[in-house]
Amino acid sequence: MRRTLFESLTHGPLTETAPRPQNSGIAELAAAVERLARRRLGRGLALRHVDAGSCNGCELEIHALSNAFYDLERFGLRFVASPRHADVLLVTGPVTKNMREALERTYRATPDPKWVVAVGDCARDGGVFSGSYAVVGGVSRVVPVDLHIAGCPPSPNQLLEGLLALLEVSVS
Amino acid sequence: MPSLQNILAQGRAVEAHRPWPRVTVSADLWTAAANELAEGRATLLGLWGEAGTGSSVHMALIGEDNRDTSVLSLVCPEMEFPSVGKRHAPAIRLERALHSLFGLRPIGIPDPRPWLDLGFWDMQFPLGARSAPAPRPYTFLPVEGENLHQIPVGPVHAGIIEPGHFRFTAAGETVARLEERLGYVHKGIESLMAGATLERGARLAARTSGDSTVAYGIAFARAVEAALKIELPPRAHYLRALMAELERLANHLGDIGAICNDASFVLLHAHCGILRELVLRAAQSCFGHRLMMDRVIPGGVTTDLGSPGVTTLRDLIRRVRDRFPLLVELYDNTASLQDRTAATGILDGALARRFGAPGFVGRASGRDFDARKTPGYPPYPGLDFTVPVLTAGDVNARVWIRIREVEQSLALVEQMLERLPQGPIAAAFDAADRNGEGLALVEGFRGDVLVSLRLEAGHVARCHLRDPSWFQWPLLEVAIEGNIVADFPLCNKSFNCSYSGHDS
Repeated sequence: MRRTLFESLTHGPLTETAPRPQNSGIAELAAAVERLARRRLGRGLALRHVDAGSCNGCELEIHALSNAFYDLERFGLRFVASPRHADVLLVTGPVTKNMREALERTYRATPDPKWVVAVGDCARDGGVFSGSYAVVGGVSRVVPVDLHIAGCPPSPNQLLEGLLALLEVSVS
Repeated sequence: MPSLQNILAQGRAVEAHRPWPRVTVSADLWTAAANELAEGRATLLGLWGEAGTGSSVHMALIGEDNRDTSVLSLVCPEMEFPSVGKRHAPAIRLERALHSLFGLRPIGIPDPRPWLDLGFWDMQFPLGARSAPAPRPYTFLPVEGENLHQIPVGPVHAGIIEPGHFRFTAAGETVARLEERLGYVHKGIESLMAGATLERGARLAARTSGDSTVAYGIAFARAVEAALKIELPPRAHYLRALMAELERLANHLGDIGAICNDASFVLLHAHCGILRELVLRAAQSCFGHRLMMDRVIPGGVTTDLGSPGVTTLRDLIRRVRDRFPLLVELYDNTASLQDRTAATGILDGALARRFGAPGFVGRASGRDFDARKTPGYPPYPGLDFTVPVLTAGDVNARVWIRIREVEQSLALVEQMLERLPQGPIAAAFDAADRNGEGLALVEGFRGDVLVSLRLEAGHVARCHLRDPSWFQWPLLEVAIEGNIVADFPLCNKSFNCSYSGHDS
């Protein structure tokens, strides 16, 4: 173990430079979050993930955000275990009818100010599962959504772009 | 009591079903087959329903000695059938789900409660004769004793993980019983499959369980190819297998780290995460998608591997081989970690065999089964690899199976790159107006994926996708008994069952 730890010190970090947020993402957010108290949050955001029926592809890439290459926490972004500690709900999946109530309760348990980010093509409108008896068809049909991050699944860089844009708007 | 061979001989064979026989049987023969399962002379591979004019139930089995695969079908004009679960526990949840989805009644089932239907749909029996919803409270199984308390967990869990409900009954720190309630991510995939084009069917199959998108893609494609008698060019088989092994590597590397993370050993999680990321980047570079989603299609694959790609994959093998042994040594030599994983979450070998536990769950408990070997599919019969099997059945054994499978997958990728045949990457075919039935069994990273498919006029009439987790989830309930609550994340991650694949 000591050897592995020591090697990490001499090797140099794997962490890569952050992607620059796209302007369209910032514009969408600026319009959506205008009414909220942004200044009080400082430069960090606590993220709570909710899987509302995804195939698990999006979760894999969300997990990757915490690896040594992307290193989410260096931006002040961190995952929390409880919605009561969260500023942002990261929602994946088309919202299955079986998860609708759980998503609503998680949203209500998240104190204001809060933002909702719908991650992945399914979260936007149900994606490939749209039309099923078992699916609501998009996170925005259940809770208000501040940002959609497209992709199937979105890559960690695409996720970072969206989250960094959210961070900038939350502070400005 | 007739043997499986006798039962098959007495039924009526369905001509169009390939590559293994499908035989329509009477209720008596159906019961006899259930008996063969209960006596351990055959293993259940799947049990599913069908609606419409020919309401039926089907079961796929594999013989224990001859290892022959077959499907038995029973027509249910009265909407009921003799329960297989009555004598053979692995069938219980499959029959509960069958009833909740189709309305077909398993007569004599020991547990008649709904499964997958949580009372939130606007209807009952969505794949059968839909009727008004009739939600009723769900009773969890009782536990008797002194000083017991219940811990309900989920559906929303503390981490970045799929949703499901776990109802623990604990005596102090020790788990007296764990009961799962799943179905939260049921998307109705099989209803969306009905009437779908092959292209849409492939996209749906690929999103049944995102971490196994390649395995599901191959299983769906092979079922189509069996139904339509499509022969693939050899290069297509190799490219599929390369993607499948990359998927196996990415998942195993990630899981080894994640299991250690659940024992708070973050160092291994960080280093394994690096190796997993290298695999995903190689997949992106070679095949255009980190998870290789939608790269396998009926007839072949969508993307070819050029010589830069071959170099990328060779580099990847070298880098993983360079780092991985040190991580394995770290795992093995960290006493505090071994203290958590050894003798925790033991799954008994007899139970693993009875349930036909797929993948590393079965192989860590002595069950020597890998669909790449049995029934086998190209290109694996021509390749040199071993299937690791251990008997301890604890979390540690499930980690070691993954370690050995990483080594085997690296060797497989190396062999395939050496022998990669030239030629086209897909077979052209015309499915228009064609009918057929196909069955496929493909070894995903967590075990065998079963796909049963009926085509009518070139479209999917019925597609059933059976995730390996159906035969692993119930075993987690047994493995956690007697362990402390704090070891649940460790046990759960060592199983790493699919919620989305199971709920489908």
